Amino acid sequence: MKEVIVIKNFSFRYEGTNFFSLKDINLKIFEGDFVILAGPSGCGKTTLIRLLNGLIPHFYKGEYKGEVSVYGLIVKDRKTYEMAKYVGLVFQDPEDQLLSMTVEKEIAFGLENLGYKKDEMVRIVNEIIKLLNIEHIRYKSPFLLSGGEQQKVAIGSVLALKPKILALDEPFSNLDLKSSYNLAELLNYLNKNLKYTIIIAEHRLDLLINYASRIIVMNEGRIILDGPPREILSYNLEEFGIMEPKISKISKLLRKKYNFDICLTLEEFVNNFKKIYEINRN
Amino acid sequence: MKLIEIKDLYFRYPFEEKYTLNNINLTIDSGESTAILGPNGSGKTTLIKHLNGILKPTKGDVIIEGKNTKEKSIAELSRTVGIVFQNPDHQLFSNTVFEEISFALINFGFNKEEILKRVRSMLKLFDLEKYETHSPLLLSGGEKKRVAIASILCYDPKIIVLDEPTIGLDYYQRKTLINIIKNLKKEGKTIITVTHDFDFALEVAERGIILKNGEIIRDGSLIDIIYDSDILEKANLIQPTLAKIIIELEKNGIKLDRKVATVEEFIQLVIK
Repeated sequence: MKEVIVIKNFSFRYEGTNFFSLKDINLKIFEGDFVILAGPSGCGKTTLIRLLNGLIPHFYKGEYKGEVSVYGLIVKDRKTYEMAKYVGLVFQDPEDQLLSMTVEKEIAFGLENLGYKKDEMVRIVNEIIKLLNIEHIRYKSPFLLSGGEQQKVAIGSVLALKPKILALDEPFSNLDLKSSYNLAELLNYLNKNLKYTIIIAEHRLDLLINYASRIIVMNEGRIILDGPPREILSYNLEEFGIMEPKISKISKLLRKKYNFDICLTLEEFVNNFKKIYEINRN
Repeated sequence: MKLIEIKDLYFRYPFEEKYTLNNINLTIDSGESTAILGPNGSGKTTLIKHLNGILKPTKGDVIIEGKNTKEKSIAELSRTVGIVFQNPDHQLFSNTVFEEISFALINFGFNKEEILKRVRSMLKLFDLEKYETHSPLLLSGGEKKRVAIASILCYDPKIIVLDEPTIGLDYYQRKTLINIIKNLKKEGKTIITVTHDFDFALEVAERGIILKNGEIIRDGSLIDIIYDSDILEKANLIQPTLAKIIIELEKNGIKLDRKVATVEEFIQLVIK
């Protein structure tokens, strides 16, 4: 598998603070990965996301030790707009990144700045609007949309630049549950069908657990666990400040008493439960 | 005792044709803990803004402790009804976290010693001591949220209203907030929580009110509501996983008591 992000012996301290927000990070992300970066507030997950397109160290200054490379490019030595072709960043609050008068213009914004020709721009904008199914809000102001729609538009404006990696920082924070599930499905589609590598910082696992290929758990600036979902869920994640999905949590508690597998879906759970129920009834 | 009484409440924002709230009738007793649920735009926030008089009814009445909000100022009502809004940026404005939390106390005329004592205890309760002299605007989302909640709880209002309090909180902070609310309930406070987070609602509230298009479409026991798939569908709400599990097991011929609200209760029930 192709390595798309390589972080080596990396530590970072923000200017004006006296502690390192990231400590001794060594990490490889592969093409096509769907990674959840989990951990409590202040664990360093947002900082890690900011490394990927060079927001750190170009925008957020500080003590930068070690190396971060994306598709073989040393991020520190590249301009943020150069990195935008590889990594698209989506933030927690979509209002932080929306600025245009209409949804259509918002999606075209990055293309315009990179000097795309008009017909090429129109083609890409149409493609994105179709992909995200947002034709009905095309001429609306992004600021008058619901949180879920705003987050879609923010993602659209990032996808327009055709990055290879999509990195999102707690994108569900301002969404209601239904919109959150819709967004999770969209991310899954982008990953499975359009082959985007996805990295998402999120402290709730339930929305993404069935889509992710890998969970990385962070605590106090370090990576403490890294593996496929089922393996990571076998640990007591609440100890590390992470809310566990109900189904895996209940499976684990039942495991203490019965021969119960760690389940990720409702279907798996019900099947397992039926077996145990039959055995104990007889 | 009736603490909040809402009678035939209609509300329309200026320049809007449609009513945002339509014929709301609601009584909340002292000491009750109620969750208000519903899709975006259903009128939840508009409804709670009537409780401290930020909004006054277009038609109908809102009566708090026997007094009509039309005859009271926001300042007077706020002494009884403390509202923590969804977006802390709309609420925070002081230079330091300390000043932010002491703001209401100063305005309500608490003496200096009492202010110091209360602010200190809030900083401790919400794990904000290290930010005492920091600007609240430079904190993270979860930290701002905690400051906003502390700035209301410090003056000890009888009615505490929380609008989407769990947004931006991680597992620890959420757990702390659940414990704080449980303690407030023990003290006899009346709590109203507007939330999308059913699991949170089930931990802190017994009564559920579902709003849709400005109308109450269901008012009853929260534990019953989570099994009412039709109402949840209607209100665009996602059924909590525990209810899904129990319903799915029932379909497979395994009948469990439907009165479980938390994972712990589920395990107890099953292991028995």
